[in-house]
Amino acid sequence: MTNHWVDIKNTDLILVMGGNAAEAHPCGFKWATEAMEHRKAKLIVVDPRFTRSAALADFYAPIRAGTDIAFLGGVINYLLANGKIHKDYVKAYTNASFLIREEYKHEDGLFSGYNAEKRSYDKASWAYEMGADGYAVVDETLEHPRSVYQLMKAHFSRYTPEMVERICGTPKDKFLKVAEMLGSTSTPDRVGTVLYALGWTQHSHGSENIRTMAMIQLLLGNMGRPGGGVNALRGHANVQGITDQCAYTEVLPGYLSAPTDADENRQKYIEARTPKTLRPNQMNFGQNFAKWHTSQQKAWWGDAATKDNDFAFDYLPKRDGAYDILAIFERMYQGKINGFISQGFNPLAALPNKKKVSAAMSKLKFLVVIEPLRTETSEFWKNFGDENNVKSEDIKTEVIRLPACCFAEDPGTFTNSGRVIQWHWAAAEPPGEGKVDREIIGTLFTKLRAMYAKDGGKAPDPIQKLTWGYINPNHPTAEEILREINGRALVDVVDAKDPTKVLVKAGEQMPGFGLLQADGSTACGNWIYSGVWPQAGNLSMRRDTSDPGNMGNNLMWGFAWPANRRVLYNRANADLAGKPWDPTRPGIRWTGTAWAGIDIPDIAPALGPDSGAGPFIMTGEGVARLFAPGMAEGPFPEHYEPFETPIGTNPLHPKVVSNPAARVFKGDMESFGKSDEFPYVGTTYRLTEHFHFWTKNVQSNAVTQPSPFVEISETLAKMKGIKNGDMVKVRSNRGELKAAAVVTKRIADLECDGKKVYTVGIPIHWGFVGVAKTGYLANNLTPYVADANSQTPEFKAFLVNIEKA
Amino acid sequence: MQSLDIQNRSATTTSAPQVRQAESPVAKLIDISKCIGCKACQVACMQWNDLRDDIGTNVGVYDNPMDLTDQSWTVMRFSEISKADGSMEWLIRKDGCMHCEDPGCLKACPAPGAIVKYANGIVDFISENCIGCGYCIAGCPFNIPRISDKDNKAYKCSLCSDRVNVGLVPACVKTCPTGAIQFGAKEDMLFRGAKRVNDLKERGFQNAGVYNPQGVGGTHVMYVLQHADKPELYHNLPTDPKISPWVSLWKGIAKPLLALAAGVAVLGAFFHYITRGPKEVDDAKHGG
Repeated sequence: MTNHWVDIKNTDLILVMGGNAAEAHPCGFKWATEAMEHRKAKLIVVDPRFTRSAALADFYAPIRAGTDIAFLGGVINYLLANGKIHKDYVKAYTNASFLIREEYKHEDGLFSGYNAEKRSYDKASWAYEMGADGYAVVDETLEHPRSVYQLMKAHFSRYTPEMVERICGTPKDKFLKVAEMLGSTSTPDRVGTVLYALGWTQHSHGSENIRTMAMIQLLLGNMGRPGGGVNALRGHANVQGITDQCAYTEVLPGYLSAPTDADENRQKYIEARTPKTLRPNQMNFGQNFAKWHTSQQKAWWGDAATKDNDFAFDYLPKRDGAYDILAIFERMYQGKINGFISQGFNPLAALPNKKKVSAAMSKLKFLVVIEPLRTETSEFWKNFGDENNVKSEDIKTEVIRLPACCFAEDPGTFTNSGRVIQWHWAAAEPPGEGKVDREIIGTLFTKLRAMYAKDGGKAPDPIQKLTWGYINPNHPTAEEILREINGRALVDVVDAKDPTKVLVKAGEQMPGFGLLQADGSTACGNWIYSGVWPQAGNLSMRRDTSDPGNMGNNLMWGFAWPANRRVLYNRANADLAGKPWDPTRPGIRWTGTAWAGIDIPDIAPALGPDSGAGPFIMTGEGVARLFAPGMAEGPFPEHYEPFETPIGTNPLHPKVVSNPAARVFKGDMESFGKSDEFPYVGTTYRLTEHFHFWTKNVQSNAVTQPSPFVEISETLAKMKGIKNGDMVKVRSNRGELKAAAVVTKRIADLECDGKKVYTVGIPIHWGFVGVAKTGYLANNLTPYVADANSQTPEFKAFLVNIEKA
Repeated sequence: MQSLDIQNRSATTTSAPQVRQAESPVAKLIDISKCIGCKACQVACMQWNDLRDDIGTNVGVYDNPMDLTDQSWTVMRFSEISKADGSMEWLIRKDGCMHCEDPGCLKACPAPGAIVKYANGIVDFISENCIGCGYCIAGCPFNIPRISDKDNKAYKCSLCSDRVNVGLVPACVKTCPTGAIQFGAKEDMLFRGAKRVNDLKERGFQNAGVYNPQGVGGTHVMYVLQHADKPELYHNLPTDPKISPWVSLWKGIAKPLLALAAGVAVLGAFFHYITRGPKEVDDAKHGG
């Protein structure tokens, strides 16, 4: 979330789209109901289904799964055409005025620089025109035909209300009503928010879904403001924490991009990742990259990371290709991976195309599953009848289960969607032989290190020299790790202007990332968390509810990254002179000498309005990007159909149907189905009664939602002779499942591009282990293709057929 | 502890204690316009009251368990409503005992002290006194009590009288994530309800209102309804609930017989105990 949970109460308008906040985040959704009760806020829900969020909405509009960019692009067109934008904000705080190079173009669904063979773009032309002074050229009038503003206007002019209706199936009047309601927040005294989740991410164009909404919030002047922002509601209690600490190979903790084969040495690596300042007097905070990265290397390898060995840069693995989870399982499927350690992860249930995932795991020599409970993954080799019809005798994979514990049996931190890091205490001991995960990994590590010491091996240094100064090396405590993540001074850190003044004494905890150094004098495991455990102690344990300003910022509750800041980009809450756009809803303001207020300013405290420094300090230009050259499939969002499309074409450009930059592995294109055989849109989702695949192990959850079902409209049921409660079989080109049919008015029949489109809704929560009634994994059906930027699988829109079982 | 003063006791003629100052009656207010149907209240009810219903099967609806049972004292009822303009509403009602001011169950109950009404308005089943006759079901205008197969006694929501007695709110209220279920003095709940009704009217629900049916003297569980003119939309919530005339008849004419019958029943039970020993539950039937 750019804002945070409690801040939702400060809004005037809530859009729930690409998510189902009431159902998937019931506790956080209370802040939406608070805004509705106390601020008279309105709630809009746009979704293929009339969800439990829609049950409370002031306005609901249906949409075909996988067409959000067309809808939101239509909103952008509406806002621009009707002057419903916050113009002062857009001019000063976005790159609307920047000129784009002449070579840039977009034609029929393809941007300049496309390479069809590689399915990727050369982005050289997606760049600002640079002036002789070394800075990007801007046109304050926004009139220049190559200004981002004009290019954007032209780009989205194709997204007319008629086109929205044709692609999305949303009736024109309903679409216009939503656009009008969103447009009402373009004035400085009104602010709107958006709550989204996997309904936007799980598409082959997921990142662009969110980007389109971010553009809308920028045009409306709703970013950085209390009650505004673009708010990702995270699924697990600590999924924000694992993203921050980084359970992937593509980035290092704190979102530092991980090195690749192309990064020959530290200098080249750091140069490539340090953004250039693109406009005068901008903070360009990313220029501190070397400080964050060097401090991380010092946290990891301590004295072994020296200036002479490039701060152990070569101890880091260098990627020779993609290592996202789909790429890993593709390698496994090709027999290129021998062993897999699965910790806190149920890939058989969580990844698309179960058949492929099962075949991939069958090629492993060993699979280690670290879980508190049996999972479908740990039992993948067992035959469970039709629900997991494998031949155990053909699977040679040795499966080792290491009993772990549940979160309530282990202390540590959770980081919530609002970036607030909160300590939690263990409520019980792990039962039986269960151990906390840190002990399992710690013991595994010390054994590996001993084996390297005894037997040697290729590249032993990264393991042998890893900092491992825990009191019990086999069982690091959560406190030890959080202190290490926060970082400490290795030698005295002195004031750059007055070297006699010691700011942090050697050995003391760092007060925050502001004093991290690039010369190896500080260690910090993750720069964005720096400040959570300063010399004063563990701030994630704070539970002080005081709330000056009554805006719900609660600065003394836990610790929010970065720097305990509760609303990101909060400089944009104030106008060019530093006065809040809405004085009744203040965030920070310029006092005449400094930025101050009820939040931690997201700008250097002394960098006043006269400096010209923009509020979006993480960009080299200091402003937010309406034109974003970093995206894989284009600097402006464009509607692409899901890889399995029910209409078989793209009404905007029939030759470019689906995302041209999304990766498709060999053999997977053939596994996609066509609408003649699989005419209905399948979409997967979660129910409030269950949590992923965990709570099917809990009786009280199972009582409230006992057995698998799929949802279809009354029309489709009639066409197929299906009665409410009948068992049905749902097939895709990759597999099938059986479940009870829930025949409902809540799934709208749509008309898209002259075709009737029917949706089959598929809740995911059942599998072949647990106390609830068993069932088929929903991912028997889903396609092995993902978002071009984040590689999040396309679980939300694919093709199926349905019949009475 | 004064909330445990019994104001009314089934099949009993002795008068209620009157020394302590009567506490203001309590009420639970269920605001359907704030309810997201998450069923957290169902789970909280199960956990506080040590109930675990059977794991059923989906038969085509979100209502699970399908109905109130001896193990499920509250369930969510989901109703899909088509509107004239082609749009729809999904009305979700938490069903359970309404704790009537004039409780039909208590009136109908022939077992002395099996049903009581406390001074704060809570209607409670005192299970050890229940003889399993099922008259409370006949007496209830909301079809709430359920007889258990296990011990042949009637069960229903107690409004967490054990919690309320020590100053806690009912488990469902405590757990409700959106504050759709509120608990407090009935007067305060009526005030809050009126405020919510105003908000709903502003949002276009012209007929919003508080459901506190007078046919049973008002209730200690009330609803805020978007369509108070049509309670039947909410999974057949009765429009004008009243205690069945048969119950009144039973209370009026058959009352003298009641004392005799109850006496006979007690004597019968005594002799049964002497000759056969205590009743044992047939565990085999409920095994597994």
